Amino acid sequence: MEQIVSIIFSADFIFSVIRLSTPILFATMAVLISDRAGVTNIAVEGTMLFAALMGVIGSAYGGNVWTGLLVAVLSGILFSGIIAFFHLKLETDIVLTGIALNLMASGLTIFILYLLTGDKGVSTGLNSKTVPNIHIPVLRSIPVLGEMLSGHSVLTYLAFVVIAIITVFLKKTRLGTYIRAAGENAEAIDTAGISVKVVRLKALLISGAIAGLGGAFMSMSYVSMFTKDMVAGRGFIALAAEAMGHGNPILSTLSALFFGAADALSNNLQLFNFPSELTRLMPYALTIIALTFYAARAKKQLKK
Amino acid sequence: MKKNNLIFNMATTALAIVISMMIAFAIIFLVSEDPARAIESFLLGPLQSKRLIGSIFTTAIPIAFTGIAVSIMFQASMFNMGAEGSFFLGALAAAGAATSFNLPGILGIIIPILVGGLTGAIICSIPAFLKIKWGANELVSSLMLNYVTFYLGLYILNNFIRDKNFGALASHPLAQNNKLPRIVQGTSLHAGIYVVILLIVLSYLLIFKTSIGMKIRMLGQNPEFARYSGIKVGGVVIFSQLIGGMIAGIGGSVEIMGMYGRFQWTSLPGYGWDGIILAILARNKPQFVPLAALFLSYLRVGASAMASNAEVPKELITVIQSIMIMLVTANALLKSFKQKMVVKEALTNGTNS
Repeated sequence: MEQIVSIIFSADFIFSVIRLSTPILFATMAVLISDRAGVTNIAVEGTMLFAALMGVIGSAYGGNVWTGLLVAVLSGILFSGIIAFFHLKLETDIVLTGIALNLMASGLTIFILYLLTGDKGVSTGLNSKTVPNIHIPVLRSIPVLGEMLSGHSVLTYLAFVVIAIITVFLKKTRLGTYIRAAGENAEAIDTAGISVKVVRLKALLISGAIAGLGGAFMSMSYVSMFTKDMVAGRGFIALAAEAMGHGNPILSTLSALFFGAADALSNNLQLFNFPSELTRLMPYALTIIALTFYAARAKKQLKK
Repeated sequence: MKKNNLIFNMATTALAIVISMMIAFAIIFLVSEDPARAIESFLLGPLQSKRLIGSIFTTAIPIAFTGIAVSIMFQASMFNMGAEGSFFLGALAAAGAATSFNLPGILGIIIPILVGGLTGAIICSIPAFLKIKWGANELVSSLMLNYVTFYLGLYILNNFIRDKNFGALASHPLAQNNKLPRIVQGTSLHAGIYVVILLIVLSYLLIFKTSIGMKIRMLGQNPEFARYSGIKVGGVVIFSQLIGGMIAGIGGSVEIMGMYGRFQWTSLPGYGWDGIILAILARNKPQFVPLAALFLSYLRVGASAMASNAEVPKELITVIQSIMIMLVTANALLKSFKQKMVVKEALTNGTNS
């Protein structure tokens, strides 16, 4: 037990929490921006998976990592464009469409991967690039803090930039205000002469772009290749993180970090001969408990 | 009006199937060197042999189970994704019961199926319970629960029912009297088909001919109204999810006892998601599930035939079925057609009276 505690308070542990949280942070922001517009994007999971593959392909054929990132973001936008088309134009149920797109991403990525490499599992046949890690000049030389916060992937820092931008964007910009209004009181902005559908379309496209970054992190930073179904529920965890944070960017970020911490803890517990199946189970079980706890509290407050 | 709705739904479904098949052909033309051969084996491949025709039915059995399960759960307006976990852990529990106890004769079939059904029922009722009691979103909690059941299943498999003398991670082998008998020689078709037919009939009766079924449907169509009319919403919701989970769990048990000699899944098999596809195609009506299941499994057997004859990956079908269910749920697909129909009806009613 003492050993576990000493691990939790080590700089290495905090470093891995930040690293493991990165894809969940992107996914959470992607869910958040869509949810605030009243069109919860269940397909973030599949969008990330699709973008993860397209990023690998983009960097392998484009010759450098930045084309890969660009392709990942564009494919994220394309994927959420599909959900927008079906939900806003063809009036499908957004949850069912999201489920359909998640299933599609799972098969489509294997389909494309097989056509390009002849392999159905991993993209090692493609010479893809990875996003560099950067050391922050002054920060890196501060003893403990430097070890925790410096040396992360460019995308990890970008994730925190995205969180800051979303926080300000929702509060201070016109589109941000429309997005909140579309989620809270769609009729009011329709009456004001603004198209709810256009606002929601924009929110979904932004959501797709952010999910694209999360996918790129998975295949171009977390590991250096695409493997099938590699997103492994992170898009779903983001749904939980966003719900626990009640759509507030800061609270949702804290929830996402909580899952990253649970993930890091479960990796570390395996070192102590703890059954690996049970440690892998833990983050998901904690999610259910936390989600229920927060829902119960919200329900109680509503009664008062 | 009710009849018009039915025609409208059928027309939308038909159009969705036509459009998605056209997309399938377009993709085959793009990626295949011999598109004619690919399309031929996709469409006619399943009819090539007795064995393949049999496998249309055996592929349809597990997805029909989860299809009815999800239909019932969705009928009560709950987006419960737990069928996946129920199917997986139900199958594992059945294998555990079968290999741990020395069950004589027919009990070797009945007890494992009941244990699997009970396990499935418990799992799918958890998200419902958390929703009713504390308001936790069932979609999110059931998605998380699928991962919990998966790792829990692996833990149980590894530590309690694993056959250590077997090369891969698997349970002890099922005894002969734990296996569902094959019913047509030369095919893999097993007696599980009787179980699924029985459950389809019972589910239909439950939803459409009993008072609790009526309450479930009322919840699905108009939750507010159901609440005001004095229905105990919590009880009805939890009951429907228990039944759905039980059917998924029985499905898992039947699949293991009909198709496999041991439990050896080391990833979630995905039948719960297939159940959602079927529930959408069948519009949550258990009586349409078998048709939808046979249709989907025909496409899958066809896709496998195409993969071996023409090198087009069978994952194509995953893409096509996703497009299909998105189009099936597209209310606006035939909107102008529906409006015309409503106007026409109004006009004829007007002149008649």
